[in-house]
Amino acid sequence: MSWEPVIGLEIHVQLKTRTKMFCRCLAGFGAGENTQTCPVCLGFPGALPVMNRTAIEWTMKLGLALDCEIAEHAVFARKNYFYPDLPKGYQISQYDLPSCIGGKVLLPTAESDRVIGIVRAHLEEDAAKIVHVGGRSGRIGGAEASLVDYNRGGTPLVEIVTAPDIRSAEEAKRFLQLLRQTIVELGISDAEMEKGTLRVDANVSVRPAGSDELRTRTEIKNMNSFNFIARGIDTEIERQIGVWESGGEVEQQTYDFDAATGTLTARRSKEEADDYRYFPEPDLVPVEPASELVDALRSEIPESPAARIRRIEPALDLERATVLVTGGLDRLWDETTAAGADDVATANVIANTLVGAGVDPDAVPAAELAKLVEARDRIPRGAFDEAISKLGEPGFTADPYLAQESVADTDELGPVVDRILEASPGQVAAYRGGKEGLLGFFVGQVMKETQGKANPRVVNDLVREKLDA
Amino acid sequence: MSELDTRSLTAEQALGLLERKEVSGAELHRAYLDAVAERDDELHCYLRTVDAPVGDSVPIALKDVISTKGIETTAGSRILEGYTPVFDATVAARVKAAGLSLLGKTNTDEFAMGSSTENSAWGPSRNPWDPSRVPGGSGGGTAAAVSAGLAPWGLGSDTGGSVKQPSALCGNVGLRPTYGTVSRYGVVAFASSLDQVGPVAKTVRDVALLYTIIAGRDPLDSTTAELPESVELPESDSLAGVRLAVPKQVADLDAIEPGVRAAFESALETARGLGAEVGECDLPLAYRYGMPCYYLVAPAEASSNLARYDGVRYGLRVEGATYGEMVDRTRDEGFGPEPKRRIMLGTYALASGYYDAFYGQAQKVRTLLIREHRDALAGFDAIVTPTSPTVAFPIGDKAADPLAMYACDLLTIPSCLAGLPGLSLPCGLSEGLPVGLQLIGRQFGENGLFRVGHALEGALGFDTVPERSR
Repeated sequence: MSWEPVIGLEIHVQLKTRTKMFCRCLAGFGAGENTQTCPVCLGFPGALPVMNRTAIEWTMKLGLALDCEIAEHAVFARKNYFYPDLPKGYQISQYDLPSCIGGKVLLPTAESDRVIGIVRAHLEEDAAKIVHVGGRSGRIGGAEASLVDYNRGGTPLVEIVTAPDIRSAEEAKRFLQLLRQTIVELGISDAEMEKGTLRVDANVSVRPAGSDELRTRTEIKNMNSFNFIARGIDTEIERQIGVWESGGEVEQQTYDFDAATGTLTARRSKEEADDYRYFPEPDLVPVEPASELVDALRSEIPESPAARIRRIEPALDLERATVLVTGGLDRLWDETTAAGADDVATANVIANTLVGAGVDPDAVPAAELAKLVEARDRIPRGAFDEAISKLGEPGFTADPYLAQESVADTDELGPVVDRILEASPGQVAAYRGGKEGLLGFFVGQVMKETQGKANPRVVNDLVREKLDA
Repeated sequence: MSELDTRSLTAEQALGLLERKEVSGAELHRAYLDAVAERDDELHCYLRTVDAPVGDSVPIALKDVISTKGIETTAGSRILEGYTPVFDATVAARVKAAGLSLLGKTNTDEFAMGSSTENSAWGPSRNPWDPSRVPGGSGGGTAAAVSAGLAPWGLGSDTGGSVKQPSALCGNVGLRPTYGTVSRYGVVAFASSLDQVGPVAKTVRDVALLYTIIAGRDPLDSTTAELPESVELPESDSLAGVRLAVPKQVADLDAIEPGVRAAFESALETARGLGAEVGECDLPLAYRYGMPCYYLVAPAEASSNLARYDGVRYGLRVEGATYGEMVDRTRDEGFGPEPKRRIMLGTYALASGYYDAFYGQAQKVRTLLIREHRDALAGFDAIVTPTSPTVAFPIGDKAADPLAMYACDLLTIPSCLAGLPGLSLPCGLSEGLPVGLQLIGRQFGENGLFRVGHALEGALGFDTVPERSR
């Protein structure tokens, strides 16, 4: 029997507003412990929350970018539970009436767009940070004490919940890449998994292919990169298939993914279900945005990454288009090709050379880049690479590099090629035996020998000619 | 300086003395502290006093649920013992900005939960009219202090009657303002959708004056609104053209003592004599469902509001082997029986599976109560009832019977649920103890209540100084 994975994601995005969600303490990393706190975010008696307008607007903006309906009447609720990272004994969070409802994200594929449903996106406040000291590294078990840093407490957090529409780990990863790019381009969050400003939990189940049943799902937490998310999901899919095929039953459970071993560890299961005793937060009023505000926010939404992939794909291919868009490189590609540079060559130079050199694409003058791309076969490789690496510098001009010529003289290059081939009889034999991929190896050796001054296309032709002779 | 008799001095009179420079703010402050030194051992109105006055205007007493920067604020609870706020509640900041000097923090039922002040962790306050009896609650400390001349006026907080009922039992005037007109910022929360700070004083004009100081939108409290019209100090002694309504259900409420009923009806006669028209309105739900609705909504919100007292950051901490044990022990030792009872009630009312039947249903009832009051007030300027069904009762009388204690607020609760303003003023005596009359107005209708209350007050001529200390 073949199995179909059913995957839904819960994504937490920490907004990069200047101040916190319900008080005017600065939000953000790096300050000394508990220095960014006040009576409100410490939960002192009588302190009251006041909403951060920017956070509300950014949440609606994100909702609009995800094609959600923006609620005319959203309500914050209290989620009640005891934990030291929760100073009030409850978390203020939108619950049954969130700001954003029912959107979708399109995932361009070779055939058609896959539609991943967005159930909701709601706004809440983040918890504080706990450090366990004196026990096993950072774990609460055996710790002598737990220290709480309330700086993070009260930071605005948007939770996005997808429908169980994702069908593979790879698809989850591609969805997250597009989502992350959308968030970053809205300017509302850094959305960096390493920093915890983007956190993802995955709900996974499997079912017989072709069926539309929903079997018991499990939840995977603690995955701190897109690759780990994909590995975690794949591991869980395999595990569940194994359980079903051996006649067992998958049980509802939460797992932590251990990146070091690539394994899943079940969390201790609770005997009772949590009861958060939600009720509408009486200290706040409902969020009822004017339609003019929603329209104004809508007009600020940039073209979606998926639409941009579809737009530039005909000039390239899906893979290159996706790399450019999810890397935030497509605007530079647009401008550079508009300045006359070749579509595919520009894509390759941007995605490989430019990114490899660590150049900020937003600082690059497209006209200069276009000139370099067009001259890429004429000027020495070394000069080309150096020019690309300096593209982001203020006042950069390509002219000094364009004035250089690579060595294209076959009389001069011929002896170098001969020397390289003589030095590698094994590889030469292998090439002639059918391993044509070795061509690049010989070309590389020649480029190295000439310190990048040789014209790679001429070298390429020369090597092939001599090997095929 | 002439001899000051704080027992009868009103805040307005005190302001006059200050304006004419017949007395200084510091002298006034000292006079009240002298009175406290003389009489508070018996009455126990204050949990702590402030020796050095900060303002140079009329002194004021604040209920101990109001945060005062640098001055311990316990809300009558052991769990907040030693807690000193780093910030002033907005109302504390506003009275400070007006120059009022803080006399001290007054006693309250623990977290304002109670109707007698007997639930204070620091012992009960006593009624100046008869120290064997309660002053009412939860704001019994403020009410008793004003009645005994230990403060010219003060602020309380009213959730289901905690300003109005003790004002009635001590012979003071007390206002519970329209929900949203006075900031709750810095007021230790009991039930957020009901809590409202209000003034207690000897006269309606004093209450109106203090209301002008504390009312108005506060950017730190999202549930506050700007007053639609400015506060007017009442002048007229006529009630010509004023229409008052007695809910017809009041006649059938057996809980109302005959002496209370007699004083109330005599006050209605006085109102008619001033030109008021006294009619009848219908509040079929208010006295049947008000109490049960209140005892779902208020404990539910309280169970959440009191969750922050976990021993982690401030107040009492009783150590334990684990976080959970520390929290359990702290809350077990820190909370008295009444907060524990309400936390339990509220936790059940919000539990999943019960929410719709309890909290959700109570909110629907609340909507009906709002509508019912609006309809009743459509043809009238104010609804009028006794404030409390009884006069002050002996200490210990109801302490063992929570339901009997809850019934004290039968008449004050419905309009609190509807968010409406209520003014209690003394209207006579029964068995030598004050009887309060409650006027309920429309939303933001405080000026109307002040006008009616002031005219009635003048005609009734109630002497606010307790008979035993005249």
